[in-house]
Amino acid sequence: MVNLAVSLAGVTLKNPIIPASGTFGYGREYAELYDLNILGSFSWKGTTGQARLGNPQPRIAEMTGGMLNAVGLQNPGIDKVLSDEVPHIAEIFQGPVIANVGGFSVEEYAENCRKLEDVKQVRILEVNISCPNVHAGGKNFGCDPKAAAEVTKAVKAATNKPVFMKLTPNVTDITEIARACEDAGADGLCLINTLLGMRIDLKSRRPVIANRTGGVSGPAVFPVALRMVWDVYEAVNIPIIGCGGVSTAEDAVEMMLAGAAAVEVGAANLKDPYACKTIIETLPDVCQRLGVTNLSQLTGGAHHG
Amino acid sequence: MKKSFFTLEHTRQLTEDIWELIFSGDTSAVTAPGQFVNVELPEKFLRRPISICDWTADSLTLLVKEAGEGTRQLVRFPSGTRFDVLSGLGNGFDLEQAGEHAILAGGGIGIAPLYGLARRMAERGHAPVVALGFRTKTDTFYLEEFSALGCRLLIATEDGSLGTKGFVTDCIRSLPECDYVLTCGPLPMLQAVHSLPQLKGGQFSFEARMGCGFGACMGCSVPTKGGYKRVCKDGPILDKEEIIW
Ligand SMILES: Cc1cc2nc3c(=O)[nH]c(=O)nc-3n(C[C@H](O)[C@H](O)[C@H](O)COP(=O)(O)OP(=O)(O)OC[C@H]3O[C@@H](n4cnc5c(N)ncnc54)[C@H](O)[C@@H]3O)c2cc1C
Ligand SMILES: Cc1cc2nc3c(=O)[nH]c(=O)nc-3n(C[C@H](O)[C@H](O)[C@H](O)COP(=O)(O)O)c2cc1C
Ligand code: FES
Repeated sequence: MVNLAVSLAGVTLKNPIIPASGTFGYGREYAELYDLNILGSFSWKGTTGQARLGNPQPRIAEMTGGMLNAVGLQNPGIDKVLSDEVPHIAEIFQGPVIANVGGFSVEEYAENCRKLEDVKQVRILEVNISCPNVHAGGKNFGCDPKAAAEVTKAVKAATNKPVFMKLTPNVTDITEIARACEDAGADGLCLINTLLGMRIDLKSRRPVIANRTGGVSGPAVFPVALRMVWDVYEAVNIPIIGCGGVSTAEDAVEMMLAGAAAVEVGAANLKDPYACKTIIETLPDVCQRLGVTNLSQLTGGAHHG
Repeated sequence: MKKSFFTLEHTRQLTEDIWELIFSGDTSAVTAPGQFVNVELPEKFLRRPISICDWTADSLTLLVKEAGEGTRQLVRFPSGTRFDVLSGLGNGFDLEQAGEHAILAGGGIGIAPLYGLARRMAERGHAPVVALGFRTKTDTFYLEEFSALGCRLLIATEDGSLGTKGFVTDCIRSLPECDYVLTCGPLPMLQAVHSLPQLKGGQFSFEARMGCGFGACMGCSVPTKGGYKRVCKDGPILDKEEIIW
């Protein structure tokens, strides 16, 4: 028997596999396909203070080994999520939920997190700081250690739940941002969000995505994400959720060896709606093959001094 | 929705760039004409959404136009190739809404889902009038198939090489009693059909670049009068009244 359970800042997950924000909605579509209770947790769609309509079409492009998206944080807004989605989630999933929260000002992040304080099923807040700060000329919170720390502090003051800051990879040194979040009181980190990229249509000679640029994700980003998790693991002492390009149980194990305590799976769900289920079902075999009896002991296992 | 394997049984070239592909597999998830499947291709990350042209309990017909690398691959696989397919996606056409004077209007590859629709209408005892638009005579396909259902066929070609010279809208205008349309085709065609004053209502099939095809990613959502809708889950068929151009 392999023990798949892991712990994230005191929250126990029965296994480390978590569908990543934006690829799993609020669980509805996948609940029609399989019992979500097999999941360690799930991270819901990035939710903001107001409803957001998102970007114009087209929002999606393809590339070798992955995809680009410029959905633009389309979501119904926190109040609607509390009234319509939270009760429904309780019906389809009884495990711990990770609430992914977006914002466009420090106050908005704090306010959104405050509103989630009484939602018992939300056990972890995942704060997406790959959002433009409307009070700083649209500069990403996640690209500036000071801004990242400010958001962390404000959110920590607004909640008693563990706060995981979700980092953008579009920076020169991700460990600098990671340390700033840790110093500001973050209970954990989640990385990486999508990498900024673009595609151009050869015939029209225009960007494929209406927004011009989009976020790159999928198997092609796996080595990039892995390297960042590795570096951040060496730089901080708080738990890391590894995310980026994971599509197999082997990828998940590799992510944990680099330093992840749990693993998020994003774009793979869009290609194969059963991706997380398949990963969870094959994890015990992969562990057995590798002589692992306690999965949580893998975290950071590739760092040898 | 169902994820299962379909086996390519037969490929037939219909025009220079359009092919008919017949697969065997479990179609139990398909509930209405106008729904689509999302087909996984080797070496492509995203699946390719293709309308269901027709289906029986254990077979599926798709009409595929070579539009890019993926569709060029798709029409060239040998019989016996197995594909991972998400089937029964989208809402499909609502036959109940189509009254006495409904017309089916298709342009180019957009006629694919209209065939399955026409067949089901014919089976209910009323083969519909079908207006089909093409660029030129050599681009036409599936005309005998529609005729075999007992449909009255109106053809428009842009150069007049077959049927009416002009567009599918010219065919619809020639039948002023038609007050309801079920349509699929390129965006400019849909827009022109939508603006016909004789129409009291209709159902329009839309396309969008898709991330998932089953409602999870918001990659395909478009504004409608009833708020944003996902082309893959709330569509691809939108009601005439809710469309914003
Ligand atoms: C609901 C729906 C039903 C469709 N039904 C049919 C059909 O019955 N027959 C048919 O031949 N085609 C149909 N299409 C269009 C078909 O999906 C595209 O032509 C195909 O995806 C192009 O792939 P490609 O690799 O050849 O082209 P590429 O240009 O290489 O594709 C690159 C990416 O863009 C996407 N893409 C490109 N063109 C389109 C498009 N027009 N719509 C959506 N995504 C696109 C592809 O899926 C892929 O992700 C339908 C599209 C939708 C959304
Ligand atoms: C369509 C789509 C929408 C996303 N939306 C969000 C979001 O709302 N909030 C967020 O923090 N990350 C979002 N992400 C990023 C993913 O959660 C994940 O960090 C990233 O895609 C890398 O993982 P992957 O390679 O496994 O997809 C989105 C990704 C995709 C593909
Ligand atoms: S393509 Fe993902 S929601 Fe429609």
